[in-house]
Amino acid sequence: MSGAGDTGSRNDVRAQAGGTDPLAATAPAAAQDRDNRSRPPSGRPNALARLWRTSALPVLSILFALAIGAILMLISPVVTGKGFQPTLPITAYGALVEGSIGHPGTWFGEGGNFNALANTLVQAAPLILGGLAVGLAFKAGLFNIGVAGQFLMGAFFAAVVGARLAQVDTNFAVPIALLAGALAGAAYGFIPGFLKGRTGAHEVVTTIMLNSIAALILAWALSDLVAATGFSFPRTGDIGNSRLPVLFGRNVHLGVLLAFIAVFVIRFLLNRTTLGFEIRTVGANPNAARYAGIRPLLIVALTMSISGLLGGLAGAVQILGVQGFYAVGISANVGFDAITVALLGRSNPLGIMAAGLLFGAFRAGQGLMQINTNLLVPVEVIDVIQALIILFLAADIIIRRVFRLRAAKGALEGEVRTVTQSWGEQGAR
Amino acid sequence: MTETPPILEMRGITKRFPGTVANDGIDLDVRSGEVHALLGENGAGKSTLMNILYGLIGPDEGEILVDGQRAVIRDPTDAIRRGIGMVHQHFMLVPVLTVAENVILGQETVGLPGMLDLREAETRIAALADQLGFEIDPRVRIDQLSVGHQQRVEILKALYRGARLLVLDEPTAVLTPQETEEIFGVLRRLKGEGTSIVFISHKLDEVLAIADRVTVIRRGKVVGTRIPAETSERELAELMVGRAVSLVVDRGQSHPGDVVLSVEGLHVKDDRGNESVAGVDLEIRGGEILGIAGVAGNGQDELVEALVGLRKPSTGRVRLAGKDCTGKSTRDMRARDIAYVPGDRHRFGLVLTYPIDDNLILTAYHEAPYARGFLRNDRAIGETAKELIPQFDIRTPSAATRASALSGGNQQKVVVAREFSGVISLLVLDQPTRGLDVGSIEFIHKQVIAKRDAGAAVLLVSAELDEVLELSDRVAVMYRGRLVATYDAEEAERERIGLLMARGEAALQDGAGAPVGVADP
Repeated sequence: MSGAGDTGSRNDVRAQAGGTDPLAATAPAAAQDRDNRSRPPSGRPNALARLWRTSALPVLSILFALAIGAILMLISPVVTGKGFQPTLPITAYGALVEGSIGHPGTWFGEGGNFNALANTLVQAAPLILGGLAVGLAFKAGLFNIGVAGQFLMGAFFAAVVGARLAQVDTNFAVPIALLAGALAGAAYGFIPGFLKGRTGAHEVVTTIMLNSIAALILAWALSDLVAATGFSFPRTGDIGNSRLPVLFGRNVHLGVLLAFIAVFVIRFLLNRTTLGFEIRTVGANPNAARYAGIRPLLIVALTMSISGLLGGLAGAVQILGVQGFYAVGISANVGFDAITVALLGRSNPLGIMAAGLLFGAFRAGQGLMQINTNLLVPVEVIDVIQALIILFLAADIIIRRVFRLRAAKGALEGEVRTVTQSWGEQGAR
Repeated sequence: MTETPPILEMRGITKRFPGTVANDGIDLDVRSGEVHALLGENGAGKSTLMNILYGLIGPDEGEILVDGQRAVIRDPTDAIRRGIGMVHQHFMLVPVLTVAENVILGQETVGLPGMLDLREAETRIAALADQLGFEIDPRVRIDQLSVGHQQRVEILKALYRGARLLVLDEPTAVLTPQETEEIFGVLRRLKGEGTSIVFISHKLDEVLAIADRVTVIRRGKVVGTRIPAETSERELAELMVGRAVSLVVDRGQSHPGDVVLSVEGLHVKDDRGNESVAGVDLEIRGGEILGIAGVAGNGQDELVEALVGLRKPSTGRVRLAGKDCTGKSTRDMRARDIAYVPGDRHRFGLVLTYPIDDNLILTAYHEAPYARGFLRNDRAIGETAKELIPQFDIRTPSAATRASALSGGNQQKVVVAREFSGVISLLVLDQPTRGLDVGSIEFIHKQVIAKRDAGAAVLLVSAELDEVLELSDRVAVMYRGRLVATYDAEEAERERIGLLMARGEAALQDGAGAPVGVADP
């Protein structure tokens, strides 16, 4: 009740104080007067203030989650009878940093060692692509939980096509294998989009179902149709020349570059194109979209296809750049971590890039953390921290209270609306 | 007269927001058993003042006295405890719960510990409703009630909590004329039983009809308190706006040209599949305004939606300038120079999270100059905003301000600015001034007349009978999906049209006199 209404009256009163009256709109004298009334400098807040306003909450949520993670590290050895170890969080987080960015000292000079950083980038690539998939869908008011399934589809088809092209010229094999994965994901994203458009079936329900369907169909297809011979478990054949070229360092492959390019492509799509405007309008107000002559059903199907394409590309990049083959259960976490990445990045492509890099760093560093703490801090702690981040983002009031933050509009306002909306009005569209 | 202290006194209430003073030393006293109207334009500070009273925001300065005692009201709970009840403009009801469940929400009657005693609550609510003359079954679900009845549930809710002072925020904004009359009856009865009422409004006639005293607020300050018997609409309007306002539109002479819109035998179904438009024939010429009067929900929305391409008619013909365009899409219709101001600006007219400049091109984003191929042309979009914002007097700090931050009047001006610019052959207006203050209404009415005089055919649908009568060159009455009568402006009598709105053709058979053109039965 208070929020929006107050701002409204505020603006109005301010304008009135300038001394124009509604009648005079057509009179030139009044127009001049209005110009004098000035555009207050507060019209567009400066860049730094804007950055803080949008990023304060995610940043503080991360710090909060890390703090609680530290408490967890202090408690757990006590509970398990290994005694109180006050320095454990420092050791653990130190190792996490070392494992994800390395020692800055080793970066420079002869034979600089960027391996840790490279690992972070490689881990981040599929998360960024997956995060973009979820984030783009959020922009259209859709909650695509199906990135996991789209990822699997992309991974599978990239692996199969890649193996088939293992012997042909790499300049031909790589793009075709990538494309196969991306298109498989797009097709798999189109299904829930089409169902929503045609029948009103809620995408959350259908994508969850389709995740299971993808996993099970692919398990069957793998073992009965495409399994390569000579292995102790069902997997696809070697991808040979379809492997993504390494661009620099030990393992930073083409997929990393693609992920970063995708960030800017999606950013451009959303902000600079008419299609992006249509997607955002459908997400913000489907009725107004219809009124503006946009066909929401078409946009929903299209957005889910693009979202699926990104999810499929994430799977393809993971197979062709890292894994080398498809087997049951590979990179199962990516599809769901992508949701966290999108929420943390607030569906903004640049935010998603930052969040993807952070989670990539967690994944790159978690192994060293476990080793350096003598298994006292297992890798699962990272999952706990990720979950806590989402908890604080969603329950943003906790952070606001503690820091007296006036970040005006809710952190996940649009996303939460997307997640919760329309459950009661199935099929209304 | 001064034996008892006023039930409420607010003294020197000041509330500053960054860059503005919303309330500037406001004094207000409400006597026991009076209806005290708070009159002011959108954004004058009425709602801020009442939000302070209800504990939703804290004042920077000033004090509140209830029954002569200083009262600190930190939150709505404090307010309720002191007998202050509030009925918001947008109802705070849970649609899937029953009347009784909504009324007791937060004050549940408990039988056994932890068990809800709904039966007991229902009896008490029924008794309370009876006392007020409400015909409301406490067991009915909210979403099955009309808006007018939902409002009564809100009032019940406040009274159930022991309110002695009831604040009603723009209670008639969502009501039909009949419902407005009914709610006035309720308010008078409440007053008779000693309840004090603060009635927030910007409608002059209503304020004069119901209030014992009227306090006018302009730009955060009290500019005067009047007694209805000793004032006039004209004086109140001047106090409210700060200058002389013409309350009557100078329509001038219309010069009808060729037929622009012709509709034959149109049938349209609503979302539930009911035939809500049941055979409409109409014609509008260029340079004339056809007004459709009618109680909301008689098929006006569906008729308008079918005309602008948002809804497919089941049968019938729609022709624009002689060309058949039945069932064409919204975009096709817009390409034929149709402009449309929708009835619900929040649902259709605006994307509230978008800045003003994007809202100003919402329906033309895909055309030159706003699009070049598949790319947006931000410069052209910015230039249009720079042009339209002063031209339509949209009061905003900048074109980048979100639409949600504007007052209702300014939001509507954004919609009007967008729809009224460019070439228009047919202008469809659905409740174009709903919830606006007199200054904005005057402005929009002048724009409508200007468009008519420029040769546009105008279809005006409004639940405000006065608006229809003032603006229209011809007036049609819509009742249960059909146009039951059409009159030329000079022959349109308020009385007769009111009867037709309420009862359809039955009103004519009672000997009310034959209209010029009765639609075919």
